[in-house]
Amino acid sequence: MTDIKQKQKSGAPVPDLAAPVSARRRRIPAILVIVAGAALVLALTYMLPPFRNYQLATVGAYLCVTAGLTVLTGLNGQLSLGHGALMATGAYTLALAQNKWLNLPFSFLLAIVVTTAVGAVIGLAAARLRGPYLAGLTLAVAIVVPSVTSTFDETFNSDQGLSVVLDPPPGTIPMERWQAWLCWAGALVTVLALVLLVRGRFGRDMRAVRDDETAAKLAGINVARTQVLAFVVSAACAGLAGALFAFLAQSVSPGAFPLTLSLFLVMAIVIGGLGSLFGALWGALLLVILPTLSQSLAEEAGSHRLEGNLALVVFGVVLVVVMLAAPGGLASIRFTRLFRRNR
Amino acid sequence: MKRTATALLAAVVLLAAGCSDDGGGGSSGSADVPGVTDTEVVVGTHMPLTGPAAAGYSKIAPATKAYFDFVNANGGIHGRKISLKVKDDGYNPANTQTVVRELVLQDKVFAILNGLGTPTHTGVLDFLKTNRVPDLFVASGSRSWNQPDKYPGTFGFNPDYTVEGKILATYVKENLAGKKVCFLGQDDDFGRDSLAGIEKILGPVAAKQSYVTSNPNVGPQMGALKAAGCQVVMLATVPGFTALSIGTAAKIAFKPQFVVSNVGADPTTVGKALGAAAPLMEGVVAANYLPLTTDEANPWIQLYKKVNAEYNGNAEFDNNIVYGMSVAYLFVQSLQAAGKDLTREGIIDAVKKNGFQGPGLVPLRFSDTDHSGYGGTQLTKIEGGKAVFFGTPYTTDDKDAPVAPHTAQAVTPPQNGVPAA
Repeated sequence: MTDIKQKQKSGAPVPDLAAPVSARRRRIPAILVIVAGAALVLALTYMLPPFRNYQLATVGAYLCVTAGLTVLTGLNGQLSLGHGALMATGAYTLALAQNKWLNLPFSFLLAIVVTTAVGAVIGLAAARLRGPYLAGLTLAVAIVVPSVTSTFDETFNSDQGLSVVLDPPPGTIPMERWQAWLCWAGALVTVLALVLLVRGRFGRDMRAVRDDETAAKLAGINVARTQVLAFVVSAACAGLAGALFAFLAQSVSPGAFPLTLSLFLVMAIVIGGLGSLFGALWGALLLVILPTLSQSLAEEAGSHRLEGNLALVVFGVVLVVVMLAAPGGLASIRFTRLFRRNR
Repeated sequence: MKRTATALLAAVVLLAAGCSDDGGGGSSGSADVPGVTDTEVVVGTHMPLTGPAAAGYSKIAPATKAYFDFVNANGGIHGRKISLKVKDDGYNPANTQTVVRELVLQDKVFAILNGLGTPTHTGVLDFLKTNRVPDLFVASGSRSWNQPDKYPGTFGFNPDYTVEGKILATYVKENLAGKKVCFLGQDDDFGRDSLAGIEKILGPVAAKQSYVTSNPNVGPQMGALKAAGCQVVMLATVPGFTALSIGTAAKIAFKPQFVVSNVGADPTTVGKALGAAAPLMEGVVAANYLPLTTDEANPWIQLYKKVNAEYNGNAEFDNNIVYGMSVAYLFVQSLQAAGKDLTREGIIDAVKKNGFQGPGLVPLRFSDTDHSGYGGTQLTKIEGGKAVFFGTPYTTDDKDAPVAPHTAQAVTPPQNGVPAA
């Protein structure tokens, strides 16, 4: 947490959706951005071939979790290495509910509720811990997923996982377009809710707690409550993301939520720009594009052994380069300012 | 607003960049069949080239490809060259989801051929069915591939694990009577189907344990089997875990008779994993339904060795290579049978019609109502570091049919090594 504070102090312009706005920059109503985003996604789903639509849907699903995580880590200063496990909770809940009742909206709701409850439990413990101890606790949560699925293999079916029964998409909508719509609906609603949340009093509380807990306490903010709430909000987002992944893959297995996923999520929001929802979008895009890119690179290099492992290297290199070139993450790069200077 | 616009624009540009390699999808051929042109047929597969099951299995796809190259060099099938796209899924069901979508939606393959793994392939059955992609000769012995009503395009290749379990258990019943029999299996359909077959013959085993590939430690399991006083341990394991089990048992001075499923019993792969401890494999009983690499006189082995030398960079010749080439041979036979006007329905009908004569020691079971692969297997024993057959091949089914000896003359490959129409 301290290093996050230092990053802020080092003067890097961490864009903050809810930061005090300078007189020059007026605040855009969040709903306009969301509507524009929805229109864009809708247009893209008609333009893109099926596999690209599937990838677009994956970006949407990732955006749910990165947005929630960037609020938790960037705005509240709690580092979580366990969001992969929270996604797994959402995914398994959706799978079990779907296979039992076959009612998609209900299954999604249940997935979010269950993950929120799990998040509250972890959040209660997390609010008592600081820095590396918090990271350690959440790390343990991430690692425990495969063991849970193999210990209770009657329910979770071990490494093989569960398949998810789905009704075919309504009408003649192709499966991949339907997936992209649902995932982006989830993502945009999540982002809208988060924007409204962090622009209000809760956002101010969270930032006050991040910057100085003692000062926040003096100002009458309930530190523990704010931290637990932040964790719960972020967990709900992760639960939705996990449920969307289960819906996308039509199956869940522990292999889909390994420790590396949790680490990738943290890397993605750092690369994108901590605390920024646009940074979360960048992060979600990179989570889909970089593995694809590295796989095609490895294929061209003709080495099959590379294929499974290159993504990690590429991600690391991108992290180093971005941190050197734009310490505030991708979202901190102001194209407009560059243009203005050129003029 | 400008910043928003820039970010959105950048997102579009990135997506568009991602699309740029999209033009490569095969231009559709005569009848608009995906992956088929007048000069080429493209098929895809998912294989563990990295990860916990890569040992041994990563050699299968290159062998299949080598045989296709050999066929292509002889003019291809009905004027078409066969090209195989191999994707690595690391034996992780989540990766399989992605790579199979990529093969079907982006690379537009004609069929998925020999996708490997029970947990991995189970997850893509629905997707392949929805997209009406032929799902031929899955590299696993799960009974899930044999559901003609639910998955009309999916066909197995290996004898299913229940059939194999019944035959291995029959050996135990006849030759190791009165001994305490225990079981260690993978915690998925592979282990469960195998155990079901074993228990059909032997009744409940004295102790059973399971493992997951994501946790490479079978210490607790072997300890429990030792404590239970097991004298025979039947393994339903992938090669890496066969080696691990045998090695771990030796470490704790536990020396039962091991009886191993075919998929985890290739002596070359297991021996390599065991390293200096390879002699521990001596006496291990397993099964096989394809010719053994060590049988130099077998005409199939001679053919495969030739292809391996010419088209596979003379890779170390083990049972995985025999397996990969046998799959390729069967696919070429199916292409021949499907005829000049190749369609997805056409090849499925051709496979259902069956009548394939190939390297297998027992017949393939394909029919309208049966989509499972080989119907039996023959026992092997490791002697002097090499697997050798003993007894006769047996056939049975996954239900209550008796385990019966199979006596039929083995066929020899055609003169030029390419099956005729």
